Amino acid sequence: MFWDNLDLLISGLATGATYALVATGFTLLWQTSSTVNFAQGDFVTLPAFAIIALHAAGLPLPLAMLGGLVAALIVLGAGFKLALVDPMLRHGMLPLAIAAIALGVAVQEGSKAVFGAEAFAFPGVPGGFDLGPLFINWQDMVTIAAAVVAVIALQLFLSRTRTGRCMQATAQNPSVAQILGIPVRRMIMLTFLLNAALVTLAAILISPTTLVKFDNGSSIGLAAFCAAIIGGFNQVRGAIAGGLLLGVVENFAATYGPDQYRAAVPMVLLIGFILFRPQGLLGRATERAV
Amino acid sequence: MMARASAGGLVAAVLLVVLAGALGFALQPYGIYLLSLWAVYTIAAIGLNLTLGFAGQMSLAQAAFVGIGAYCTALLDARGIPFPATLAIAVLLTFGVGWCVGYPALRVQGHYLAFVTLGLTTLVYLVMRNETWLTGGIGGVSNIARPWPFAHNLAYLHLCLAALLAVAAAMWWMLRSPWGRAFVALRENPVRAMSLGVDVRRYTLLAFAIGAALGGIAGAFYAPLVQYIEPSPFALGFSINLLMMVVIGGAGYFLGPFLGALVAVLLPEWLRFLQDEYLIIYAVAVILLLLFCPTGLLGLAERALARGRARGTAKAAAPVAAP
Repeated sequence: MFWDNLDLLISGLATGATYALVATGFTLLWQTSSTVNFAQGDFVTLPAFAIIALHAAGLPLPLAMLGGLVAALIVLGAGFKLALVDPMLRHGMLPLAIAAIALGVAVQEGSKAVFGAEAFAFPGVPGGFDLGPLFINWQDMVTIAAAVVAVIALQLFLSRTRTGRCMQATAQNPSVAQILGIPVRRMIMLTFLLNAALVTLAAILISPTTLVKFDNGSSIGLAAFCAAIIGGFNQVRGAIAGGLLLGVVENFAATYGPDQYRAAVPMVLLIGFILFRPQGLLGRATERAV
Repeated sequence: MMARASAGGLVAAVLLVVLAGALGFALQPYGIYLLSLWAVYTIAAIGLNLTLGFAGQMSLAQAAFVGIGAYCTALLDARGIPFPATLAIAVLLTFGVGWCVGYPALRVQGHYLAFVTLGLTTLVYLVMRNETWLTGGIGGVSNIARPWPFAHNLAYLHLCLAALLAVAAAMWWMLRSPWGRAFVALRENPVRAMSLGVDVRRYTLLAFAIGAALGGIAGAFYAPLVQYIEPSPFALGFSINLLMMVVIGGAGYFLGPFLGALVAVLLPEWLRFLQDEYLIIYAVAVILLLLFCPTGLLGLAERALARGRARGTAKAAAPVAAP
């Protein structure tokens, strides 16, 4: 019993780690440019498809992953910001959020038209090892390790480098940051590029388990939104804690709860948090401005 | 910005509905079905327009409310309860669910409602699909009777249009009452509205719950229209579709939902040859519309009209200004 639960905990942490990456990117976009990116889940599917296509075209896997990253930086990072966010943000948050929903629909339907409705296998790390009575998948270990390294690197970048601190200043108060001479526009662009890198990493880590399908983005997106809110919405650490918690709870609920309601777990957790701890796991209670 | 519920708006709405009613006499059954569907979609979109266009809150749960209304009507009808009673129950139920869901979400920050409603749509869909003892599961509910004497297609179209007219008139009256002006005030400038004594949170919640109840009305008329319901039409895709209707017509315009629902009903028929690519093109078109005119088609028309008028006055003024 104990070992079964430990097993569930480890695979839950692995899923949760990828949620945390997606949720972190989501939170960064929200902080620096009030973009509620409803297409964030589909942003994970796109690099996965790109990598599969490049790999199928004959590129070795590492190169294909690099190609997927470059494509994501160009399309989901710079392209998304320049073509959609910049012109729309002056109309307020709402039109941009709706446009992001439409973008999600376009991405899903577009990838269905190109790749069809079947699920594609994605190369991962096969096998595992025995640890006492426990069998541990290499894939889970690699996922957790890669996510931890990425998160630590991100935290170090944000708190120790000059650019990272400028980004934090931009996130906290863009106008004051501007007055202090921080190149706010460049910092915002950097956030979008960072988000593109994070979703690409998440795609590489989660796709061997979930396979790659055109509508995967819906559930990943919902999980990432919930993780961000559970964590406190306004901070990167919160998004990570929320992602891990959600991944674990989801895994336990799927084993011990009714299987048909697996998709409802993030929702129930979300409503519970909004009711009893609206500031999130790590957030501080803030006064409503309005 | 004006209140956008002028007398002209109501007259145009009445004309549209009467025109649709008259058109019904000339159409084949499929055309009559499409017009009825337009009326039902418009009712649901009017409700969402109150939430989005006037209270400034994004809801992704309108499909769930339509679904609750539809299932409520279908299941009560199967137990022999007459239509007016099922309609009333559907309205009360959706209003109550809307209130209960909106209350915690609006307690926190604005955009939380979007996520909570996104989750609600998922949850309601799962209940419809899984609780076979109540909803019939994926088999759905069939043989939903239309209320007497509206069993015939044309008669039922006229009933739907009458409902649309009643909803539109009620909404028009509401938007012009001091109550509705408070909605507009809190959309335009919440801080100022609050300082003038408008309880922003209560009004926002009320707008959301009324919008939900209108979704319930739409569902109550939808179930007897199609006479067979199952979970899949009430999934997230329909919520997104309704949101697009409001945005395409023009969020915050009284006539916006009429126009948006018309586009949503007719466009797939005209672009049928596109088949699978239809949704891609539709989504891209919506993005482009939002990019270039976030106030929708009516906003576009208003802008063109204003430009024409400005040119007219410029011409009239030109001889005076010339030496």
